[in-house]
Amino acid sequence: MIAATAHAAEPDGARQRELVRLVRQDCGSCHGMTLKGGLGLPLTAEALRDKPFDGLVATVVYGRPGTAMPPWKTIISESEAEWIVRRLMQGFPEEAR
Amino acid sequence: MKAMSRCLTVFAALLLAGCAQTGLRGTGDLGVVIERASGRVAIVDTTAKSIIASVHGLGDLSHASVVFSRDGRYAYVFGRDGGLSKVDLLLARIDKRVMQAGNSIGGAISQDGRLVVAQNYEPGGIKVFDADTLELLSEVPAQSKVVGLADLPGQRFAYALFDKGEIWVSDLSNPREPKTQKFPAGQQPYDGLVTPDGRHYMAGLFGEDGIALLDTWKPELGARKILEHYGKGQEKLPVFKMPHLRGWAVAGGKAYLPAIGRHEVLLVDTTSWKEAGRIKVKGQPVFVMARPDGRQVWVNFAFPDNGWVQVIDTLTGEIVQTLQPGKAILHMEFTPRGEQVWLSARDDNLVSIYDTRSFARLATLQAESPSGIFFTARAARTGF
Repeated sequence: MIAATAHAAEPDGARQRELVRLVRQDCGSCHGMTLKGGLGLPLTAEALRDKPFDGLVATVVYGRPGTAMPPWKTIISESEAEWIVRRLMQGFPEEAR
Repeated sequence: MKAMSRCLTVFAALLLAGCAQTGLRGTGDLGVVIERASGRVAIVDTTAKSIIASVHGLGDLSHASVVFSRDGRYAYVFGRDGGLSKVDLLLARIDKRVMQAGNSIGGAISQDGRLVVAQNYEPGGIKVFDADTLELLSEVPAQSKVVGLADLPGQRFAYALFDKGEIWVSDLSNPREPKTQKFPAGQQPYDGLVTPDGRHYMAGLFGEDGIALLDTWKPELGARKILEHYGKGQEKLPVFKMPHLRGWAVAGGKAYLPAIGRHEVLLVDTTSWKEAGRIKVKGQPVFVMARPDGRQVWVNFAFPDNGWVQVIDTLTGEIVQTLQPGKAILHMEFTPRGEQVWLSARDDNLVSIYDTRSFARLATLQAESPSGIFFTARAARTGF
């Protein structure tokens, strides 16, 4: 089980849908809509399997200086970043159509 | 009344006859709209302002680009998943399709229209195909993601290597034996463009302030940096989407380029290659595109400002219009002589058509998550 089960409140259903869209469409500009990678690395469950959870959350929140990964802290909260990383590590949901 | 109805009958018969002769129309006012989530392109008619057909089965089009055969009949669609499809615009079907890479970003077509070249992330490099058969003729491996592929006169192609910080120029005069020249460019080139005359190749740099410029008439001079230090050491604003340089904006002796990490369009004089000004805009520019006559430059933006579009008057250097054409404006395309611009609003599932003089919205078309819009007039332009 991933360490972050004892996490802050999950985003509500509407916000979860927004976050799924954000990841698929906007993270997808670099990582690909299928998250198999592009200019950015793949974000599939397999690609992230051996990566530390906290490091991934920090990358989302603060970005990766020296790379094209921007900080997303003005767009999403830390607990939302945790929710996204947790879902990415499980295999990210598709957008509801 | 009787005469009128007879007239209508004759007219209807003529129309039917016209429809039966499916091949008999030109393609000069046709184009395609990528429906990115559906693996589909819509074939559009810019005179009728309508979608005339859809072509399915093109794979993952989450990042897709298109070039046209020089007769304007075929659209070569490069998909993210490495699919390269040759789409017949008149018969509205896939003529040929190959899977040519694992992860692809776009392509270009040679001056004589005989070669189609794909630029790939995985495996990194370019691949050369016969434009007619899509037979693989050769490849140039790069051990780097390739960005900014552009056709140059003389069966040459210029491109930039994101991971290696180089510009490469491959001469495909003999398409089975590419000859490649390599030039140091700068840190992390993210895209490139060639000027309308095919002479200067520019690669935008992400890892440092500036643009690498190669004069392909004098390649012995190598690539040099222009617009160096335009950020003057200031902290960059976050860039939530990489700008695109393809679809150059060169107008009135100046090139209009997106700044990186600054909400500005940078102007550079195309004779001296010195900075000629900067224009403050609403967000991180993604596409900075000149109307074909060069009088206007249209700019769209990265998330979260991607609902806006601004128009620069190149005569005054001022923003003359700020529009909100829809949610998530991903791309813009001008009709061949620029009286209309088509904009894709991904999150509204709409393509909006604007009059570029009055800025009135002329029509909207339904499309599923539309992204790139490409008209056949590109067939006749270097760098498109």
